Amino acid sequence: MNRTLWLVLLVAGLAAPFVIYPVFVMELLCFALFACAFNLLLGYSGLLSFGHAAFFGGAAYVTGYLVKNAGLTPELGVLAGTLFAGALGFVFGSLAIRRQGIYFAMITLALAQIIYFVAIKAPFTGGEDGLQDIPRGRLLGMLDLDHVYHLWGKTLELNLYYFVFALFCIGFWLVHRTIHSPFGQVLKAIRENEPRAVSLGYKVERFKLIAFVISASLAGMAGSAKALVFQLASLTDVNWHTSGEVVLMTLLGGLGTVLGPLAGAFTVVTLHSKLSAIGSWVTVVIGAIFVICVLAFRRGFVGELGRLLKRSL
Amino acid sequence: MNVMLRKALAGMLIGVLASTPALAAPAKGISDNVVKIGVLTDMSGVYSAIGGKGTLTAVEMAVADFGGTVLGKPIQVVSADHQNKADIASTKAREWFDTGKVDMVTGLLNSACALAVQKIGADKKRITMNTGAGSTDLTNKDCTPYGIHYAYDNYALANVAGSAIVSHGGKSWYFITADYAFGHSLEKNTSNFVQKLGGKVVGSVRHPLSTADFSSYLLQAQSSGAKVIGLANAGGDFTNAVKQAREFGIVQKGQTIAGMLVFDTDVKSLGLNTAQGMQFASGFYWDRDKASRDWSKRFYAKHKAMPTMDQAGAYSATMNYLKAIKAAGTDDPDAVMAKLRSMNISDFFAVNGKIRADGRMVHDMYLMEVKKPSESKGEWDILKIIKTVPGDQAFMPLSESVCSQVKK
Repeated sequence: MNRTLWLVLLVAGLAAPFVIYPVFVMELLCFALFACAFNLLLGYSGLLSFGHAAFFGGAAYVTGYLVKNAGLTPELGVLAGTLFAGALGFVFGSLAIRRQGIYFAMITLALAQIIYFVAIKAPFTGGEDGLQDIPRGRLLGMLDLDHVYHLWGKTLELNLYYFVFALFCIGFWLVHRTIHSPFGQVLKAIRENEPRAVSLGYKVERFKLIAFVISASLAGMAGSAKALVFQLASLTDVNWHTSGEVVLMTLLGGLGTVLGPLAGAFTVVTLHSKLSAIGSWVTVVIGAIFVICVLAFRRGFVGELGRLLKRSL
Repeated sequence: MNVMLRKALAGMLIGVLASTPALAAPAKGISDNVVKIGVLTDMSGVYSAIGGKGTLTAVEMAVADFGGTVLGKPIQVVSADHQNKADIASTKAREWFDTGKVDMVTGLLNSACALAVQKIGADKKRITMNTGAGSTDLTNKDCTPYGIHYAYDNYALANVAGSAIVSHGGKSWYFITADYAFGHSLEKNTSNFVQKLGGKVVGSVRHPLSTADFSSYLLQAQSSGAKVIGLANAGGDFTNAVKQAREFGIVQKGQTIAGMLVFDTDVKSLGLNTAQGMQFASGFYWDRDKASRDWSKRFYAKHKAMPTMDQAGAYSATMNYLKAIKAAGTDDPDAVMAKLRSMNISDFFAVNGKIRADGRMVHDMYLMEVKKPSESKGEWDILKIIKTVPGDQAFMPLSESVCSQVKK
């Protein structure tokens, strides 16, 4: 892919907090990373998981709990959340990849609902209240992530922003590397024709499981980052709505494109934020947009753009 | 890719280093040349009848009655629906404080949302005047220097109503509790009073917020054999539970239903036939005296329903906040808080009101009873005041508060 485009995106990411409200950009980045992780599974391996909220929200709870109660520094908190999501992904994946299609989706959904139930009932999650007041702490014990810069009459939480941006870049780079590696090629082969991949001698189940674990870990990283940004881990994060939302983001942006999940996440999060005044009607509006998208341009925003430009984005 | 990564890291470092912290100048007068009040409440869910648009209407009335300006600067009102989700509430409040120039947030029905917003308010040094939520944690372990708990709390509800019910012979209790901060706190407070007065709690069951079907909870309560079924929930959950209890014939079989937090609008939606004789505590009733009647009729003209304690409280809170700004000559949160604490709050809403060090606004509370249909003379003539409990007896004494703001 084009180097200039990457550079433009990087500069945009670095400059964004000076132009747009930083907390909002951080929310965008968290969901964009979540969608990228999901896209790795759906777009490149053809596995539709309907339980990714369990990784996203589960990691948020783990990070929140450890940072708040065990006094972990934020980077260790995020690492713990990511590892937890990866381990959970291994369990979910091992069970779910034994089945295909709708059964795969239903198994992931059922397992995710178990996590949701745990989040409601377990004492440390705070139930309906959520895990509130999570401290952001000091990065590596030194850099205060809570520090607010007052520049040009704005309040900028730059330390936290660049931490989250760095996490996003790492996650995004990992997804990008995975897709463009020989491993990624095999995943695509499995997506296109699984029996053929088997007959070529690939251990399909092992490839699927690894993809599932990577995807779950990165979804967890996104959730951990969100817990630090909002200082809150709540039931919304583990709810099946969130699992649905990430499917929506990926499809809107463009399945199996590198930039699609970004565009999709930005669209959905922005709609939620701008339309919050109409309350629960947001779902109706987003639903309508989804229907139009599926009927009129099935490849998603980025997918259609890529087709017009005759290149893969 | 390596080049990319190096560039990214370099960019990040420059970004962090280049931005040197500049100190915010101490504000005198009105910050940002505007006083902005945010109404954050449930606009569409189970609590929307208690607060919702009515709270916004009340706050707008207060601003209009104050004259629309304070110290020569305009007063603006913004509002948002938190949908009873703590994450939406905290995101919205954070955005309001960071970029929306909002100086004070009121409403805040739902304790989970209220706790989240009060903490953010303290971080950002902004005042929160809570008129909707009940949890006593707001003025105890989670109290802040900028958080005011205005209308009522669970301790006062349990104290005034729970005690009355126990002394009328309701000695054994079973709780049906909303499973979040508010319900837990209400159940705990009520249990304490029941046990102190020699009653006992035989059990409890918890239901998720916004439940449609209470049958299994009610059957458990019925089979517990308790004399009193305490409903530690509110709004739509409370009315649903009472209606379904009626279908099961629970009251006819000799058990009493006790709503711990009941608003006028709930009684209205149940109807006097169902609700008659029920006793509960409240901090406000529209038909209490001339001042409350006059104000409530003005509110009714705009909202087409009589005000609840939350809505009337939001008017009173806004009005007194604006008065405090005027008296302090600035909207600086510390100065305004000092002024609010030194003021006597007496208006159509609160009698003998005073804001304590822990943020609790102490004022007279009332034991209410729902009228029989034969006693009611009009559509909204639904309650009578049985007893007035002075504020210092109704609310938790300051000596029992575990709030860190209280000097002991």
